[in-house]
Order: sequence, then C-alpha cells, then structure tokens
Amino acid sequence: MFYIHCPYCGEYRGEEEFSPKGEAHITRPADPDGCSDEEWGSYLFFRQNPRGVHHELWVHTLGCRKFFNITRHTVSYEIFETYRMGEQPKVTEQSLAEALNKTRKEESV
Amino acid sequence: MTQTNRLQQGGRIDRSRTLSFTFNGKTYRGYDGDTLASALLANGIDIVNRSFKYSRPRGIVAAGAEEPNAVVQLGSTEAAQVPNVRATQQGLYEGLAACSTNGWPNVQRDMMSWVGKLGGGFMPPGFYYKTFMAPASMWMTYEKYIRKGAGLGRAPSENDPDIYDHLNQHCDVLVVGAGPAGLAAALCAANSGARVILCDEQEEMGGSLLDSREMLDNAPAGQWVTSTLNLLAGMDNVTLLPRTTANGYHDHNFVTLHERRTEHLSDTAPKLRNHRQVRARLHRVRAGQVVLATGAHERPLVYANNDVPGNLLASAVSNYIRRYAVVPGNKLVLSTSNDHAYRAALDWADAEREVVAIVDARDKPDGDLVQQARAKGIRVITGSAVIEANGTHRVTGARVAKVDLERFAVTGPVEELVCDTIATSGGYSPVVHLASHIGVRPTWREDLLGFVPGDVKGMRPAGGSQGVYALGDVLADGAQSGAEAAKASGIASVVELSLPQAEVRQESPACALYQVPHEKTTLRAPKQFVDQQNDVTAAGIEVATREGFESIEHVKRYTALGFGTDQGKLGNINGMAIAARMLNRSIPEVGTTIFRPNYTPITFGAIVGRHARELFDPERYTAMHQWHVENGAEFEDVGQWKRPWYFPRKVNGKLETMDEAVSRESLAVRNGVGILDASTLGKIDIQGPDAREFLGRVYTNKWAKLAPGRVRYGLMCKEDGMLMDDGTTSCLGDNHFLMTTTTGGAAAVMEWLELWHQTEWPELQVYFTSVTDHWATMTVTGPDARKLLSEVTDIDLDKDRFKFMDWLNGKVADVPARVFRISFTGELAYEINVQANYAMHVWKTLFEHGKKYDLTPYGTETMHVLRAEKGLIIAGQDTDGSVTPEDLGMFWAIGYDKPYSWLGKRALTRPDTARKDRKQFVGLKPTDPAVVLEEGAQIVFDKDQAIPMSMQGHVTSSYYSPTLASGFALAVVKGGLERMGQKVYLPMPDGQTHEAEIVSPVFIDPKGERQHV
Repeated sequence: MFYIHCPYCGEYRGEEEFSPKGEAHITRPADPDGCSDEEWGSYLFFRQNPRGVHHELWVHTLGCRKFFNITRHTVSYEIFETYRMGEQPKVTEQSLAEALNKTRKEESV
Repeated sequence: MTQTNRLQQGGRIDRSRTLSFTFNGKTYRGYDGDTLASALLANGIDIVNRSFKYSRPRGIVAAGAEEPNAVVQLGSTEAAQVPNVRATQQGLYEGLAACSTNGWPNVQRDMMSWVGKLGGGFMPPGFYYKTFMAPASMWMTYEKYIRKGAGLGRAPSENDPDIYDHLNQHCDVLVVGAGPAGLAAALCAANSGARVILCDEQEEMGGSLLDSREMLDNAPAGQWVTSTLNLLAGMDNVTLLPRTTANGYHDHNFVTLHERRTEHLSDTAPKLRNHRQVRARLHRVRAGQVVLATGAHERPLVYANNDVPGNLLASAVSNYIRRYAVVPGNKLVLSTSNDHAYRAALDWADAEREVVAIVDARDKPDGDLVQQARAKGIRVITGSAVIEANGTHRVTGARVAKVDLERFAVTGPVEELVCDTIATSGGYSPVVHLASHIGVRPTWREDLLGFVPGDVKGMRPAGGSQGVYALGDVLADGAQSGAEAAKASGIASVVELSLPQAEVRQESPACALYQVPHEKTTLRAPKQFVDQQNDVTAAGIEVATREGFESIEHVKRYTALGFGTDQGKLGNINGMAIAARMLNRSIPEVGTTIFRPNYTPITFGAIVGRHARELFDPERYTAMHQWHVENGAEFEDVGQWKRPWYFPRKVNGKLETMDEAVSRESLAVRNGVGILDASTLGKIDIQGPDAREFLGRVYTNKWAKLAPGRVRYGLMCKEDGMLMDDGTTSCLGDNHFLMTTTTGGAAAVMEWLELWHQTEWPELQVYFTSVTDHWATMTVTGPDARKLLSEVTDIDLDKDRFKFMDWLNGKVADVPARVFRISFTGELAYEINVQANYAMHVWKTLFEHGKKYDLTPYGTETMHVLRAEKGLIIAGQDTDGSVTPEDLGMFWAIGYDKPYSWLGKRALTRPDTARKDRKQFVGLKPTDPAVVLEEGAQIVFDKDQAIPMSMQGHVTSSYYSPTLASGFALAVVKGGLERMGQKVYLPMPDGQTHEAEIVSPVFIDPKGERQHV
C-alpha cells in the first residue's frame, strides 16, 4: 500500500485516502473544434503506459480533495516525488539515467 | 497415557502444570509451555495426518512455521473450528481439541491410501487432469469426488463468536523476528531512541537461542534472551509483540502483523471481567525501516521414503529435546551435509538415547562439532548419505551408502542401519519470504548454498535471513542492522551496543546436497518427497522437466511445488536444485519463484476485523428515515443510502405485494397527491463570479441566460461524448447555483467538477461544496399538490407567478424552505428543500394536512414507473457509458453553438459518434399488454434468424403501468429513432419470443400539459 505525500496537506498519508486518475500532464487542446479526428482521438484515448518512470495524476479524495501529480516507477512502485498542479516534475526517466551514469562514473574513478 | 518420550529434566516447559488435550478423539497430556506438536511427540504419536494426494501416513517434520505435515483442524465446538493450524505453532492449553485434516475413517487406516498405493506409481503431475479429461462434460462430476478426497481442513458452519481488531501503527524501526539478530537490532535501535516494534511469531521470543547449546558470556544463551527482553519491555519507545507473525510485506514499508492474543489460551477467546477479549489483531504497520531478522529454515534432504514418520529435520530434533524435553525416538541416524546438524546428534546423546550413526556427505569433516561427536564415541560415516528410509508407519531403519555428488550416483554397497528416527540437514535456507512479497527476486549465494533477500528499499536483512549463521556474527550483524535502520529512520546519533561474548567454533565447509542419489533412477526408486504438503516428488519434477517445463514458474504450477499454505518453505530450493540438475543448469540460472503473502495462514476474522455485519459498510439514512421505518417501508440500497422502495399497506389483513403497492402509489400520484423522500439526490452548491461560465463548460446545454429564480435540466458528458450524469441546476443568484446529481453519481460528479477546475481551468473563480446531507428534499406531486402545499406555505403558488421550472424561497410548515417547481413524474410537482434538521417536522406537517387528500408516500419503485412513463431517463440505468445525448434524442439539450467547446462536444462529431445506426433511445410497447419485458433482454429485428442472431439493442427499463394498464419499456435500438412503429422481437432463454413495437419513449402526456397546470 502506497505511502503518499500530499503536496497540499504537506503530510504523508496511506493510499486509501487517494485515487489514481491516470497519466499526468495531458492537456486539453486549446481549440477542440479545430482538432482533426486523429488529434482528438489521441488526446482522448492514447497514453504512454511506460515501464519505468511515470508521471501520474492523483486526487486526495478523502483528504483535501486536491489534484496533484506523482512521479512513480511502474516496476518498483517507488514514488520519487509528488508535486502540485501546474508544476513540472524534477525526476524523469532521463534525469534518473543521468544520475545513475554519474554515480557509475564516480564509482569507476 | 504416559508421555513416553518426555525427559525427566530440562526444557522450557512447566512440569507443575499438566494440561490434557484430545487428538482425533483420544485424550493425552502435556505441559504448560508445550506446543501441540511437542505434546504429540511426547506422547509418541507418529502419524498426525495423511498426505494430500497419495494419502501416505505423515508425521511431524519440523518445529516451526515450516512444518508441512502437522496441519490440523482445531476447535472443540462447531463455531470454534479453525482449519490449517500448524501443530508446531499452536501453544497447548487445557482442553485443546485437534484432529487430522486428512484421512478417513482415520489416519491410522486410511481408505484413500489405495490411491497412493495402487495409483501411486501412476500419479504423475497433472494426474487428475490427464486421467479425468474425457469426456469434458463429466469433469464436474469427477471433480466433486476428487475434491472430497483432498483438502486441508474445513471452515466452520456456524458464526464466529470472536472479536478481531485492526490497529494502524507507525514506528521508526520494525524488527521482524526476536532471535539473536532481532533482539540485538531492536535493542540497538531502541537504545538510540527510535520507536521500535519487535514482533515474533513464536510462543516465546528468543528464536534459536531458546534451544541453543551455546553460551553467551559463559552463561546459557537463554539468560541473555531474558535479560534483553526485560530491558526492552521497560522502554517506552518499544512495543513487543509476541505470537505475532509478519505475514505480508507491501509497498513503501507497509507490513501486516497478525497478533494472536488468545489462541494459546482456548479455542474461542476467554472472557475477562465479563467481556470477551479480542482474539486477534491485525497491525497495519507503516515502518520507517524494517529489519528482517527472520532467520533461516533448515533444508531437509530428499531421499527415498523421506516422508515416513520418524524423518525429521536435524534442527527440529534439537528444538524438541532442548526446548520441550521431548526426544522424538530412541535410535537416531543423522544424515547431513554440514557441521551445524551435528548438534542434533549431540543433544540426542546428551538425552541418553542411542545415536546409531552420523552419516556425513563430506569426505573429511573435521569441525569442532564433528570432533565433539567423535569424542563422544559416535560413529561418523563420511562421504555417504541416507539414501532410503525403511518402514511405512514409522522409520525402522536407514539405508546408507557412499555417494558421489558430482556424478549424482551411489558408489558403494548399501549398509542397513536399524533406527527409528532419521534426522537430516542439507544446510539452511534464509527466510527471504517477506523480502520477495513485493516482487523483488532473491539472489543466490553459492558460498552459502542459499538465496538471500534482494534489495528492498527500507529493508535490512540481519543474521540468518542473509546467511550469517555463527552466533557471534549474528549478534554483531543484528546490532549493525539495528543501528543502520535507526540512522536511516532519522536518528542522528546511534548508541553503540555492548554485545555478549559468543563461543567461536571451527567449522568445515558444507557441501551442496539436495536430492540424494539412489541405486535406482529417480523414476524407479521409492518416492523421494520434495514438498510433503503438496505431495510433490523428485520424480514429479523430473517428469515436468522432461515434458518441457523449463521455467521454474511453470514447473511450480505443473507440480504444485511450493503452493498453498506451505509457500515452499522446505521444498523450494530442493525442487529448484532438481530442476537445475535435469536441465543441466545452475540453481541461479533456473531461478526461484516468488513468495506471496501470507507467510503463514491467517484467519478471515483477523483480515475482516470489525468490518463485519452492521459495520461492514456505512449506511446512510435521510432525515425522515425513522418515519419510513415506522410506516412499514421496504428499503432499497442505492449506493450506501437506504431509500424507501415501496410502502406496502395491509389490505384485508394481508400485506400488499410490491406490484400491488406500486400500482396503488402510482395511481395516487396520477390522480391525487403523493410524496417522495428525494433527499438522497446529490446537491452541489456552486458559487463564484465564474460559476455560470463553468456550468456552460461542463453541461451540454446553455446557462448564459438562466435568470435567478429559474431552474434548468442539464446533461453532463465525458470528453468522449458519452452521457455521464444529469440533473437540474437552479440559479440562486448571479454568482450562485445549486446543482443536483443522481444519488449514485454525487461523489463522482463532485470530483469531476473539481478535476476540471483544478487541472484545466484554475483561472475560473468558482467553488464547489457538497450539500447533499444539509438539505432534505421532499417531492409533493400530483393534481392535488398545489392544494396541499398551499395549506402549509406562505409562498404564492399561483400558476402564473410560480411557473414550471421556477423556484422560490419561503416558509413551509413555518421553517425556511426552497421550493422548486420541477417534475420527475410528469405531474404538477413541488420539491421542497429544508434544512435536514427540520425535515421530519415538515414531513409530518405535510401528512397532517395531507390526510384529507389521501397523501400517499411512495418509494423508488413507483418513482421509476412514473418517470419511465414520461420517458425520463436515469443515468446509469438507461445509459451505460456508450450513449450520447444525441442517442437519447435530446437534441434540445445540446448547445451546438455555445462559444466554448464544452466537455464532450468535439467527440460528438467523431465518425463513430456520428454513425446513423447507433443504439438510440426509444420506447417499446409489447404487443401483449400483459407482458412486462425483462430489463437487459436483447432485441432482434428478425425473429426467424438462426442462432447466433444479430442483436440490435436491449431493454434498459421495463415496468407495468397501472395508468396504461399495460407493460411498457424503454430501450436502446440500433437506428431506433428512424424505426418508429416497427416491430421488434425479444427472444427469451425459455424459448418464448416477445413482440413489441418501437414507440416514442414518452408514454403519458406527450405535450407536458399535466406538469404545467
């Protein structure tokens, strides 16, 4: 059971208080009527579903009712960070790979 | 009965407290401090069960959680029955009643053993499926009998009288296991100031130290256990949980601990000061850090007939002798691959019983323990192993021979040794179960010949669980893990622990021995059991690999190795080693299966806790609930709400049926006046300067011009254009609206509004508050509604001043009220909203005045009939997430030309949503008015088409209408809007086919004149 830090409440709470809402950072097209069917279809239905780092939208359903984002590893389920709506993640697949490379280099030195 | 195997002295039992207990109906005696297993062994009970598949007699093998055979059914009464109890883990109490779970008529003479004897040779893995596969239709019949012959115990058929609790716990450091490593870790972390929980599954804390021959600071190791536990018990930051199994390790250091508080006292919890005690607790622990001090299980060797009673683990022999003063036999042969197991022979000799020989697979063992054994004059046979046990109901001898481990062959003549007990050891397997519960695979260590835990964030293995076995090293490793865990949990300065001095021993390295070779091939030799609980043999694994099962996960599923309550505690590594030998791979190449929660069985009671019966799920009541109860309402569950379903009256001394009550209630509304408790409808108060703009974006229809005092019906779509919810929204003021939702959709709609506001349109100034429980709603509806309401309100109800779809503030029954003139019945209707606290008063006042109008309370069933007669949908009943507003024919509620592209609009022009042959919402009129179609029934156009017929739609709502004197239905039909007047057919499972005509969904008053009066 996940242990999630709500960036609005500023506290860790058990997973039971939260609900997952799918991939984060899906932005509604500014002009839906100007979208092609394909564009609208990919906004509606297509998601990354990565094996690895995933940014996902959650809501503190039984707490402050705020939506926020989680960066989570889909294999280890490790949560790297939680951040508020409108903010960008600090941890990404790329940043993790860079950090790993850096440690490897340091170790080899 | 005498305890023939009990020693006069020693052990940790209390000989002054004799306890009597029954096993399979016979009475025996044991002592306080015994487990059921030690008491059975003390009484010389060899056979405790029959095996699962072959019905072979089985005895006790181990002394702890890893016991595969002594799984018993407990309980002196029906309500107290508990299956799946390991006798090795069950503390003895006065009056304990246990029986074997397999074996009929009894374990001594089992009728099913013919299967094992006759069929045994012919029962490879998959036997039942291979044998009983044809004809397929008979499998259900076979299965019934096969299941009867199998099984490990049964559930009680009476209610459990006991109470169980759940506790949420937090700690800095959770230490699992109170052996030497766990005690050292807990003490170190606690001394440093960490909040510590120390749990241990056994009756006593201390782990291996409780039966150890070793000295700590020149005193018996048990003394250090006692003093350490006293220290820990005196610390405020330490919680000690004995008889508590860490059963599951879950994400982010969430661990479930199963604490058995009374199961060592009696089979149902005893009373204390007249209150029944809590039988078990489930601690839901969120641990900062976990120290895994679960120790190691000794691995048995796999040899022919190794399941005959009298074959035990070497460590179990020591445990029974030293902890319980029970010697489980008279003449011992020990077969080992390592030094540790020599303890068993030394303990046996100390108990003054005969050690026939120690058979060591190594050529030149010379460790300290080996020399001690030789010094005692015990015969040590080297380079050899026990290849087969003699005997059927008890070991009568051991067949010993030289073995070549490299070539997997017997290389010398067989010597027959007379004995009644064979103890074996193939080394130790660290107990890695918890570390792999979240999917992390354990790592093979060739130097240890065992798997150690993989890397789990926030978890530290200590001592035996990571292959550290020498006592001094275990203590140091435990202390270090405790210190590291405390530090990682945020403790700044960690206190160093002074550890007791342990003896240092010379040890000769162990050899890798799993399955022992036999003179015959594995398939021809007598059965060599790998997993005794699931009756998996070495031959079974060989067959599996020959049949092409190469992945260990597949071998597991084909043979059942490591299944069920056993979870592979003793058999897994041996099974993998055999698969590896067959596949010509190394053990790490073959890999290991994953262990799953729970580590040992847990009762449903503990899992359920207090969430049973009336506390299973919350029930929500409206403010008028008590009135409904007193007036005989039948209730319907709508989400968590209890809603009146119908109000049956007594007619001529007989209570109405639902159909009769609904008929009466419907006609009362159509001809007089009825009242409905509609409080459960979701109500969301929406305020802010952008509230109107927001509504325009989430609803399909227009909100720009809705004036204060007016009400509008709205449709809400998801972005895919499918209807999500509907309801009315009233304008209370320019910046203030009240939205209603379906009863079941209230929470989802609230979250939906928040989602769009918080994620896409944070610039809009708008606020949402759920006010569902704050306001009670009563719908007064029917031709007499105005007359009735006018008697109790100061609101002017004139039809031209208070029009349909208006709302007004005022007083009803002298309390402030909002009255909405909206109708879900098609009749003149007023929805009265008052503060919930006043609602009962208002409701009763309405009934006082309503008597002369025969004011009739109606429930949800009548509400459904009345709304369906008007073709009004219920979102979630007439729609299912694949229905657009266009499919519903509600073009009037779709604001195609609104400036903002509202939620769902774009999707309505996708090719799929624009199809002409989509399922569309229509009415169905059965040709035979007596027919009430079945909800969910499929619709076809051609009743003569051969099966499979083309399904063209289905019935969504169907009732009998007393007003129409006919059955009628709402449905979705492909291209239905264009098919008005056509006949459709509904073939039913019983062979009948109903005929119906597609009609408008509005069956009554299509022009809406009745609600406008």
